[in-house]
Amino acid sequence: MTPMWIAICAAGVGCYGLKYAGLSVPAHIMDHPLTIRIADLIPVALLGALLTVQVFAADSSLVVDARLLGLVVAAGLLMLRAPFLIVVIGAALAAALIRLL
Amino acid sequence: MLHKVPPQRTQSTSSAVLPYDRGVSSDRSVISDSLGVGVATGAYGVSFGAISVASGLDVWQTCALSLLMFTGASQFAFVGIIGAGGAPVTGALTALLLGSRNTFYGLGLAPQLRVGGVSKAAAAHVVIDESTAMAITRKTPHQARLGFYWTGWSIFIGWNVMTLVGAIAGTAIGDPRAYGLDAAVGAAFLALLWPKLTSWHARSVALVAAAAAAGLTPLSAAGMPIIAGGVIAVGFGLVLRTAGRP
Repeated sequence: MTPMWIAICAAGVGCYGLKYAGLSVPAHIMDHPLTIRIADLIPVALLGALLTVQVFAADSSLVVDARLLGLVVAAGLLMLRAPFLIVVIGAALAAALIRLL
Repeated sequence: MLHKVPPQRTQSTSSAVLPYDRGVSSDRSVISDSLGVGVATGAYGVSFGAISVASGLDVWQTCALSLLMFTGASQFAFVGIIGAGGAPVTGALTALLLGSRNTFYGLGLAPQLRVGGVSKAAAAHVVIDESTAMAITRKTPHQARLGFYWTGWSIFIGWNVMTLVGAIAGTAIGDPRAYGLDAAVGAAFLALLWPKLTSWHARSVALVAAAAAAGLTPLSAAGMPIIAGGVIAVGFGLVLRTAGRP
């Protein structure tokens, strides 16, 4: 097993365990206000960080390139309430086109 | 698929689904709404498949993620970190952190589903954003179960088939950058984040996460700025909320 396969299997089993735990644990155990607030914050915080690294990082430096145009196009499409797939394809097309020019 | 969008969004868990109230809906309409969400969500498995192979995973690894992990944001995070040069273990850790929200969905679903044993083991696998959203808006436990299972399993089938299609297409096209697939990943994260940015609190947490991740990028190994930026922003969000209260 390569490290990649180990990570895929471990994360897959772990994500399943997290789902299973939710159906199994009595609600009051997790029903602490702090736990709930942290659970609400994690997706927003991680997606904000993921997004930034994905768009601006090139190895260990920050760069501005076609990916930023893709992000701007995605934001515009989201404001127009476009569905997920259109947003993703629109961003890819915009980046691909600007690279052609 | 969903005709009327209410003026204010409330507890929406997914960009694809907004809470709505049509009074009494028939079982048939619950099933057809669920299948609509299933088909639409399953279709974007194609973008996951293509992005995953563009990030350096092979077709088998890509399909294994969709089969085993089966929770979109975690899967995009995993391959995004690998694509950025991060270690697999960093990808796995981020995927698990993002997957933790499914635990809370399960807590809300358990009283509606009332499952045990093998049925619970099977139901657990499809506890995701969309199946939860299509279940918790229902008036009766019966319709909640219909919404949950039809949405969950139709997404599971569509998502896995389309992941394979995207992965095969992705390996066939050559340099993914020429097709803007690297930009597609950022767009996918923004689309997942967008429906959660309903308050100034959420927006400022996302901004702090972005700033922290950007600031840490030159200083730490690939992948670490994501986890560290996320932790800093969660801490910021807790302090901000506490400070704002009397």
